[in-house]
Amino acid sequence: MTVESQPSVSLETAIKVETRRQPMPPRERLEQIFDIQDLDAIYGSKAAVKGVTMEVYKNLVTAIIGPSGCGKSTFIRCLNRMNDLIPGFRMNGSIRFQGEDITASSVDPVAVRRTIGMVFQRPNPFPKSIYDNVAWGLRVLGMKDNLDERVERALTQAALWDEVKDRLKASGLSLSGGQQQRLCIARAIAVEPDVVLMDEPASALDPIATQAIEQLMHDLKSEYSFVIVTHNMQQAARVADMTAFFSISTGGEGQRWGELVEYDATEKIFTNPSDQRTEDYVTGRFG
Amino acid sequence: MSAQPSALMARSHGLRRRRAVNRGMEWMAWLAALIAVAILGVVVWSVARRGASELNLNLLTKSPVPFAPPNVTQGLANAFAGTLVIVGLATAMALPIGILVALYLNEFAPPSIKNGVSLTLDVLNGIPAVVIGIFVFGLLVVGHGQSGMAGAFALAVLMLPLVSRSTMEVLALVPNSLREASLGLGVPRWRTTLSIVLPQTLGGIVTGTVLAVARVAGETAPLLFTSSIVANATSWNPGHALQTVPVAIFELSESPDPADHARAWAAALVLLLFIMFASLGARWLATRTRRKLGAAR
Amino acid sequence: MIDGARPSISKFGLGFLAHDVWNPVLNQFGAASFLFGTALTSLVALALAAPLSMGIALFLTELAPKWIQAPVTALVETLAAIPSVVIGLWGILVLGPVLRNDIEPGLHSALGWIPLFGQPQTGSNMFTAVIVLTIMILPIVSSISRELFLGVPNELKEGALGLGVTRWEMVRGVMFPYARGGVAAAMILGLGRAVGEAIAVTQVIGGFVGIQWNLFNAGDTLASRIAAEYQGAVSNLQVASLIYLALILLVFSLIVNIVAQVIVRRVARKQGLTR
Repeated sequence: MTVESQPSVSLETAIKVETRRQPMPPRERLEQIFDIQDLDAIYGSKAAVKGVTMEVYKNLVTAIIGPSGCGKSTFIRCLNRMNDLIPGFRMNGSIRFQGEDITASSVDPVAVRRTIGMVFQRPNPFPKSIYDNVAWGLRVLGMKDNLDERVERALTQAALWDEVKDRLKASGLSLSGGQQQRLCIARAIAVEPDVVLMDEPASALDPIATQAIEQLMHDLKSEYSFVIVTHNMQQAARVADMTAFFSISTGGEGQRWGELVEYDATEKIFTNPSDQRTEDYVTGRFG
Repeated sequence: MSAQPSALMARSHGLRRRRAVNRGMEWMAWLAALIAVAILGVVVWSVARRGASELNLNLLTKSPVPFAPPNVTQGLANAFAGTLVIVGLATAMALPIGILVALYLNEFAPPSIKNGVSLTLDVLNGIPAVVIGIFVFGLLVVGHGQSGMAGAFALAVLMLPLVSRSTMEVLALVPNSLREASLGLGVPRWRTTLSIVLPQTLGGIVTGTVLAVARVAGETAPLLFTSSIVANATSWNPGHALQTVPVAIFELSESPDPADHARAWAAALVLLLFIMFASLGARWLATRTRRKLGAAR
Repeated sequence: MIDGARPSISKFGLGFLAHDVWNPVLNQFGAASFLFGTALTSLVALALAAPLSMGIALFLTELAPKWIQAPVTALVETLAAIPSVVIGLWGILVLGPVLRNDIEPGLHSALGWIPLFGQPQTGSNMFTAVIVLTIMILPIVSSISRELFLGVPNELKEGALGLGVTRWEMVRGVMFPYARGGVAAAMILGLGRAVGEAIAVTQVIGGFVGIQWNLFNAGDTLASRIAAEYQGAVSNLQVASLIYLALILLVFSLIVNIVAQVIVRRVARKQGLTR
């Protein structure tokens, strides 16, 4: 797998990064996959995120950036109802996924997560063999035909196949951190979701493993849509087509919550943001 | 369920069946928990309902009369006195040794000894009470005859691992900074242990002791061989075999006479009430100690 | 104890284990029928308690609303605190008659082709002992399993649920395999508890020397035979034989407990790293 050679574009900002992004088509020609309206995410009586309205497009990489505590993880976990596992959590507003509101209580979170997969901050392979880490989900979800083939394809897509093909029976925990995270990605894409959510997938990894994961998002976005939370602006600039900047707002009585400040093409966010807070953040004057 | 969004359902083959299995399993788990709680409820209620009618002062003050005519009021005074004596003696034996063992293991022993001895304590805790009874029978009773002392010794063997383990648990919670502060002042190790560490763990030790007492107060098997061939008169002398509450319940439960059953239920109720209050109190004390030591950390 | 058992050991040797006669009149003693009764009652009790305990542990860790968790945990532990003599009293006077009159005939007519469910005989029988033992090992197995399930890292559970599997599929595919070793140890400890329980079993099992499979008939276990003859030993050889029985029990419980404790320690160390 070779990196496509592209003219590197130097961004005229405080941070100079190389990008592999292709020019974005105009937004009205993109297909919406999520349509989020006025979303509040609330733990008990405390709002973690308030009033998020944005749409996410198909076959793009969408990055969520912002200072820690701005609710970016909470937000991304709303997109596949992962927060349902936390007692006392609830949402207001709506998240339409291909037209259906997935926040509705009549929607089964199991079906949501089946279609919208997730990769977590810390690599969390199951205490099973490498092969079974990928095959388990396939078996449980009834995708038992051509199991070997599916496992190989997922591991290949996750750029892990060459490293593990001779030891598929070895434990998933025997791999290095970066390999474990790619195994988790293989596990997530093996079941062919529409969207893959990534919650700071590279925060615990070394630069080489990070590069492999960024490359793989780039290579796979024609098949999947990615939403990635990252605290690393360079990473967002490298991989994302669209970037959303979240920040912390404060109210009376010491209340703090996260909100969406600005959402636009990545290039715009990093070169010519419309909001002062975004500019302060991307140029390193804040947070 | 046709209301399911199509985009989500497109890939969820067999989801309805899987959801049904999941629901079924969740119901089974609820049911299992319900069964456990129901068993407790039924046992406690049976004892309370049958025991309440015979529960009066006579039970504690009157002695049993063998082959008594129905109009004679009987009690189990000998059993309550015996249990007090035997459990008290057992505690007096097990408590200091248990605490010393725990202090030694936690404060002084090298890790290999600590691990070895605590494994031994846990294994000792798992040995059936009836085997302990036979062991003490062979050690103290053969050739000397049964006695309250032998019974107390058997119960003390059962108590020892309980007291030691619970004391070790609290000792582990005492912050090292406390020990270091005292040692740093030049206070010798044994003084530090005695006057700084030990007072911190008092609540925990009391909890462990109460739980251990509650556990052995209901033990029957070790007493059958050590203190069960008894007189009906109340005696406080541990040199003789003493009747105890559990042994009395055991014997009365196998009697064909309903009046005996009634007294067995009443004695069981007293025992149960004592054990439940002791465990609840200990539990309350434990959370308090834990909170106090947790805050000091 | 070996000393106390010496007359019996030297007279019967290891053949004691295979001999199913216990006759104080003829001074013939053997442990086989008690070994059989112990194995049968304990294993059936474990088979009943195991799924129940898993259910309780899963309920307490995965399903129960927060406000229910603490009280139910306390109640299950209270069940463990009830003295065996009280459970036995309840077993002989309440449970036994109910089982004999209402449950056993039904089980016999429905499942009579299995040798375990023969013709109901006495009110005090092995089936009552099995139920009593089940009740007694339930708390220990479920509270250890509960702790093991609590030790399963949240990341693993989320990793599974994030794939779109149901909670049960997650439990079966991730939690059970993760806690496997510890749950095995909990079962072993439960078995050890059942094998060593003397009093409650003595009260309800009836007492019968011989090997037979019918649960609805009286039986005996090692522990119950020891407890039942506490006052009735007539000869030195009988006393020695009782001590011999206790010796068998001791060796078995030592093995069971050491194995289980070693597993528990290994699991605790492993979880200490991931927790």
